[in-house]
Amino acid sequence: MGHAITLGVGGPRFHCPEGQNVLQGMLLRGRSGIPVGCRGGGCGVCKVRVLDGRFSTGTMSAACLSADEREAGVALACKLFPETDLRLAVVGKISRVLERSPGLFLFYGGAAGAADNPSREE
Amino acid sequence: MAMTGVLRPGHIALRVLDMDSALQHYTEVLGLSETGRDSQGRIYLKAWDEADHHSVVLRQADSAGMDYLGWKVDSDQTLERLAAELEASPLATETSWIAADEQPRCGRRFRFTVPTGHVMELFAQKDIVGCATGYQNPDPWPDDLRGMAPSRFDHCLLYGDDLDGSAKLFIDILGFNLTEQIVADGGKLQIAAFLACSNKAHDVAFIRQPVKNRLHHASFQLGSWNEVLRAADIISKRKVPLDLGPTRHGITRGETIYFFDPSGNRNEVFSGGYIWYPDKPTITWTDDQLGPAIFYHDRKLNEAFLSVST
Repeated sequence: MGHAITLGVGGPRFHCPEGQNVLQGMLLRGRSGIPVGCRGGGCGVCKVRVLDGRFSTGTMSAACLSADEREAGVALACKLFPETDLRLAVVGKISRVLERSPGLFLFYGGAAGAADNPSREE
Repeated sequence: MAMTGVLRPGHIALRVLDMDSALQHYTEVLGLSETGRDSQGRIYLKAWDEADHHSVVLRQADSAGMDYLGWKVDSDQTLERLAAELEASPLATETSWIAADEQPRCGRRFRFTVPTGHVMELFAQKDIVGCATGYQNPDPWPDDLRGMAPSRFDHCLLYGDDLDGSAKLFIDILGFNLTEQIVADGGKLQIAAFLACSNKAHDVAFIRQPVKNRLHHASFQLGSWNEVLRAADIISKRKVPLDLGPTRHGITRGETIYFFDPSGNRNEVFSGGYIWYPDKPTITWTDDQLGPAIFYHDRKLNEAFLSVST
C-alpha cells in the first residue's frame, strides 16, 4: 500500500508508504525535490501546495502557514499524509547560502516557508 | 575577576506545538527532569547538575520558537540597577516587571525586548532545589540519568536584523564581552557576535539576518566528545530528526551535534570549548573562512543548518 507522489507536472515521482508523511516518504526512497528542514511542522521550509489528491495533515506552526494558505491546499510536507496519490508544487525553499546586498551580509536569503521572513523570488 | 552582574542564562521559554511529544523529547531523549507545572499548562524542567528549580519552560502554542530567554543576576541590587539602565536606554523596548511566582518558584523578573526582537528577562532569585548528586560528599554523576543527560542549559543562538543594537545592549548595559565574531566586507560589517557574561566561549550569540526574533538553537552541555557520540546513537535509536554532526565548530571549538525537537525547535548538545578570561583577545573569523568557522571538519557551509529557524 501507499501512494504515488508527483512533484510538479512530469516532475520527480516517488512512492510514499502507508502511514508516512510525504517528506519521510521522499527521504526513505533517497529522493529529493522538497527542501528538508526541522521535520516537525515548525520551520516551514518543506511547504508544498497540493494540486491534486486527498490528504490529511498533522499539527503545523501557524507562523509558517496562514489560514488562507491552508484553505488553498498548502501544507508542510513533513505533516502531510496522503489519502490518495498526490501531485504537489514545491513552495518552500532553502535559499542559497551566502548572499550579499549592499550593507547587508546574509547567510541565506530567508527561508521562504516562514511567513515572517521576507519572501524572495529566484 | 570575580563573576558579578549577569551570571548566566537562567531559563529559556520555548513554544511547542504538542506538549505530550515535547515533554517526551525533553525528558526521555534530551534527559531533563520535570520539576513542575503551572495553572497555564506550562511545564518546567531542569538538567541534572543545575541547582535552580528550572532552566527550560515549555508552553504549548500554535507556533514553535522562543518566547523569552531569562538571565540570572547576582543580587536584587543588580536587578534594580540593570532594570533602571535598561529603562533609560533606547536599545531596550517594551520593558515591564513580571511579578514573583508568575513562573513558580521564581522571583520577580524584569522583561525587555532587544533590538533583534528577542524578549529577554533578568531575575535575581529562583528557588534552589539542588542538583541530583547533592552538595555534601557528592558522587560525580547520579544513577538515574536518562537520554543524553546534559549537565545544564548552556546558551542560545539567535537570528535577528539589528545585530549592532543587540550586541551593544548586551556589552554596554549588561556587561557581556565579545569572545568571537564573524566579519564581512574586510572587517567593516559584523555578521555574528558571540557574547559571554561568564568565562564560557559564549552565553548567547546573535547572527545578523533580515528577520526579527528567531531562534536558531538552544544548547545543552555534555561532559565529553564520547557523550556527543552517544547522543548521536540516541538520535538514531529514537528516530529524532538529525540536523548535523557529530562534528566540531571552529568558532568556540565546541564538539557538537544538532537535532530538532518534535515541534521543529533546534537543540544542540555539545562538549569542549575553552575557558574565556576578560584579557583574552576577541577571536575574529572572516567571511571567506565561514566553512571551517562553522563546521571545522568538512569546511563547508550547510544550507539547511543556516536557513532553518523557528
